Order: sequence, then structure tokens, then C-alpha cells
Amino acid sequence: MSQTMARAKQNARGATAGFDRPLLLTAREDLFSYLSSLVGRILLFLVAASSGLAVFLIFLFIIREALMFFAAGETVTESVALFKHRAVEVLGSTQWYPEQANPEYGMLAILAGSFYVTFGSVILAVPLGLLTAICLSDVFPFTLRHIVKPVVELLAAIPSVAYGFFAVMVVKPWLQKYFDIPSGANILNASLLLAFMAVPTIVSVSEDALSAVGRSLREGSYALGATRSETLIRVVIPAAHNGVIAAVILGMMRAVGETMVVWMAAGNAIQIPHPWWDLTMSVRTLTATIAQEMGETAHGTPHYHALFTIGVLLLVFTFILNMATEFLLSRMQFSEARK
Amino acid sequence: MRTRLAWKVAALVGLMLVAGTLATAAQAAEKQTLLVQGSTTVGPIADAFAEAFMRKRPGLSVTVKKTGSGDGAKGLVDEQCDVATMSRFMKDKEYKAAVEKGFLPVAHTVAMDGVTIVVHPSNPMKNLTTAQAQALFSGAIINWKELGGPDRKIVLYSRDTSSGTYETFHGLVMGGKKMGSAVEYVASNPDMHKHVSTTQAAIGYLGLGFVDEKVKALKVNGVAPTSRSITSGTYPVARPLFMFTAGYPKLGSVAHAFVTFHLSEEGQEIIETKGFIPVTNY
Repeated sequence: MSQTMARAKQNARGATAGFDRPLLLTAREDLFSYLSSLVGRILLFLVAASSGLAVFLIFLFIIREALMFFAAGETVTESVALFKHRAVEVLGSTQWYPEQANPEYGMLAILAGSFYVTFGSVILAVPLGLLTAICLSDVFPFTLRHIVKPVVELLAAIPSVAYGFFAVMVVKPWLQKYFDIPSGANILNASLLLAFMAVPTIVSVSEDALSAVGRSLREGSYALGATRSETLIRVVIPAAHNGVIAAVILGMMRAVGETMVVWMAAGNAIQIPHPWWDLTMSVRTLTATIAQEMGETAHGTPHYHALFTIGVLLLVFTFILNMATEFLLSRMQFSEARK
Repeated sequence: MRTRLAWKVAALVGLMLVAGTLATAAQAAEKQTLLVQGSTTVGPIADAFAEAFMRKRPGLSVTVKKTGSGDGAKGLVDEQCDVATMSRFMKDKEYKAAVEKGFLPVAHTVAMDGVTIVVHPSNPMKNLTTAQAQALFSGAIINWKELGGPDRKIVLYSRDTSSGTYETFHGLVMGGKKMGSAVEYVASNPDMHKHVSTTQAAIGYLGLGFVDEKVKALKVNGVAPTSRSITSGTYPVARPLFMFTAGYPKLGSVAHAFVTFHLSEEGQEIIETKGFIPVTNY
């Protein structure tokens, strides 16, 4: 009763029901609301820009520290000579002895270690992840998919150090016992663990890509008389290939940047496997080198700056992969839009 | 209504902040702290010392960090710790940095440690000469057959290059020669123990305090690593373990009591139970 009376009063004042602010603002109120919205926008911009700024500053910092490794001479000619010497050594030598009396900073073996471990994990993870994604998007019934996908994604939630423990305590003795490999801490071990860590990413992204292919293409294929497997292999996967490749690269990035597992599982020997296909040799990766040596290296020494150079190599590596994913994902969206 | 709620929340948060600062301030005033940082080898000794100290003096809190000798020296120079535990003497550079900061580091020798060369218990090897050890770790010998063992490829383990144990081994056994490229690096003594004890073809090196029946310690040049051979100096791969302070600590201070604890009977017992050799055994 009293409510309707209040509403009637408001109506009498010319305001609609439930709208208790005056429609006209005084000049001061107008200015105040303008200023507060301006402050709000500036604050939100700063918040939004902070991550971009952080990336920029991190790049700047790492590159600056790494440059000191190459340009530390007194004069210009000396610096140029040092730069040449260092550049040739870093990318042309496998001898990494930074704490020796005559230090050597060859990063080739470490770079090779990262490549081996990463590509090893990709070779193992891609079939596994892709097949899982196909099962999820096209084969399993809808209800089962809702159980399997969260479980697969749970793999990504396990902390990497737990994977590392598993690598050292379970996989390593297992490889030694059943495959008669002298040392179980090797490329195979690290790749295996990294593959399991990359699978959730690959499954998640490529399943999205496969699902995005849409009903019309699938039904068109069935209408032409294609079987289910033909539709999958000849139509759905080719149509989703950009997304699938992006998924693979995202999985690769997970493997490249992973530190704890490779540190614990890959054995950390600084060598290029010989013969090249011997995956039972242990290697050291870029990330493991930084993690292992940064803690105890004195600031400002060449060794310290050399570690930053490794950081730059790692950045370049992941940056290229990231760009490639962006490119492929944008093409995927483009083809969607065109359709 | 909404503003009143906001005020209440603000008041509550404010009260909690004030109470929190007061509480921490009171605690800081009441509690004495001693920060110990450095070697993973001296770590168990420092840990046990800290435990004994805190039991005796309830108001005292001793924090022990075990990240490596280099970190200890760095922490002492940067005034981030009171006592630096080190398994080697300070390097020229570190000492110079301390002098530039305006103090002289003082070394307190708390115990002796033998770096033992260890293999898997199934390995028939008993003795190794330093020359053989050099050949092994530089990569010249790659199969146990070459040393009269079983036909098995050797798996070499080393501590990471910034650890004090590495430096002792590198200096006393390798004579400064380079490690071979096949050497696998592990981050700590327990890691080393884990790897050697689970790998049949393994060889590595450990502080004497970490040797147990799961790994086999080899004789070096015919001398077994025992407390007697190490204190008498006949075992070739032995070293003193240090605690460093910035200047000699003020007599009667906690730091002073800590770095002289190894002279007490209780301190020596601790050192022995941790597998090291008390210096007063000479």
C-alpha cells in the first residue's frame, strides 16, 4: 500500500518508477561525473597496459644484460673484436665451461639439448593429443566428452615439480631396468614427461578447432556418400588444420619453456647426442642451464651475462613460435568468417 | 545502508592492520634472529646447531638457508646473513668484495669433510687412483671394462659447477682439468646420492656425511675415506668446512656462540653424527 503511494509521489515529480535520480545535473555534478569517469578510464588503461609494459620491460632488461656479454670492451675496436669472438663462440662451440680459469661460453650443445627435448616431446605428444581431440570432437558421445575433457585438462594442473619427481623416482629406474639404458635421465625421459605436459594444451586447442569446423561441412561430406572415417580424415582435419597446427605449436611452447622437469629428468650433460638419433643420451636445455647456474653466479661477471644471452635465445625461440601461432590462429578465424 | 557496510569493512581492515603491525613490532623487539646461509654440505651441521640453540634459548630464531657456498659469501658481503657456511675458503674476488664493503671476513673451521668417490654397491671396483679418476671424469675412459669392471658404459655424475663440493673435487682430483661432455650434473648431495644409488653404472662424488650403505665409497690411491685418514691428511680428497663471519663476532653475541659451538662437546657430537670429523680430533 505504502509502496504504491511512494511510486505515485515519484510519478508526480516526473520521474519514472524506480528511477530516483534527477534527470538534470547541476554544472558541478556534471563536471564531477566527467572527471570521475576520466579518472576511471585512466586507471583502467593503466591496469590494462601493465602487462604489456611488463613484457616490454622484461625484454628490455634481458636484452640489456645480454648485450653486456657481447660489448664489454674499453674501446670501439676492442668491443667489435669481442663481439665477433663471442658471437662465433656462442653459436659455434659446444664447450660450456663458464667457471673454468679460461672460461668458454659455447652454447651450441645447450641449444641442441633444447631442440632435442622439445621435438622429442612433440613427436610423442602430437599423435596422442590429436587422436584424443578427434575422439572428443567426433567419436565419443557428448556425455562422455564432458567427463574426458576435464580429466585431460587436469593434467595441466599438476605442478611441474611433481612431474619431475615422477621422472626421477619412477621413469628413470624403469628405463634403466627394462631398456638396459645406462642412465635413465636422458632425452627420452624428459620428452616423455614433457609430452604428457603438452597433451592438455594440444587436446584443448585442437578440439576447439575441430569442433569449429561446423555441421554444414560434415553433413555435406556425408551427403556425398563419405563414411565417417573419410569425413574425419579428408574433410574435418584438413578444414581445421590451422587450428591443429597452432595447438601443436602451443604445446611446443609449453615444452620449450618448461624448466623443472627437464632439469630433473634430462640429466644435464652438456653434449650433442652422438650418434644424432641416440635419444638415450642426456642433454642440458637452455632453461635448465639458467635455473642451475643463475643462483650462484656473481652479478656482473661474463658468466652472469652469458646466462642472459641464453635467456635471449630462449625468448627468440618462444617469440617465433608465438608469432607462428598467432598467424595460424588468425587464419583459422578468417576462414571461419569467410564461410 | 551500503555506506555503513563499507565503513564497517574499512574499520575492520584498519583495525586488523594496526593490530598486525603492533604484533610484528612486538615480536621483532622480543625475538633475536640469526641468519645462516651457504653451503649444502655444511647445511646439516648448521641445521643441527640451530636446533640445539633454539632449544636452549627460546627467544632465539635461527634460520638456515642451504643454497651453496657462493651464496653464503654473497650473503655475507651483502649483509643478508650473519654467518656464511662455506665448504671452501672465500675466493679472492669474494674476499675483495667484503674488504670493499669495509669488513674482513673471518673463517672459523668447524669440521673436516672428505669428498668420497662413490659408485653403485653392485660395482666390483674397490680402489681408484687420482689419475684413473681424472681419466674417468674427463671422458677418456668410457666403459667399466677398461678399469677391470663389468662391460658397462660409465655414467658420470658431478655436482653443478658452482657448488663447493665441485670445486674441491675439481681442484683436488681433476687438478683443474675440464670435465668431459658426458658428465651429468646434479644440484645437491642428496640428489647425487639418489642418482648414484639407483644407477648401476654410476660414479659420482659425495661429502662423507652423505655416504651410507646404498652407495659404495671407493678408496683413493689405496686410502679409504675414514675419519682417521681424513684428519691425518692421508686421504687425498679432504677439505676443511668453514663458517665465515664479518669480522670476529662480538664476544658473547649469538653469532659468537654459534661459530664456537663446534668446540663444545655437544657440538662435536653433532658433527660426528652428521658424518663429518670434528677438527679437535687432530
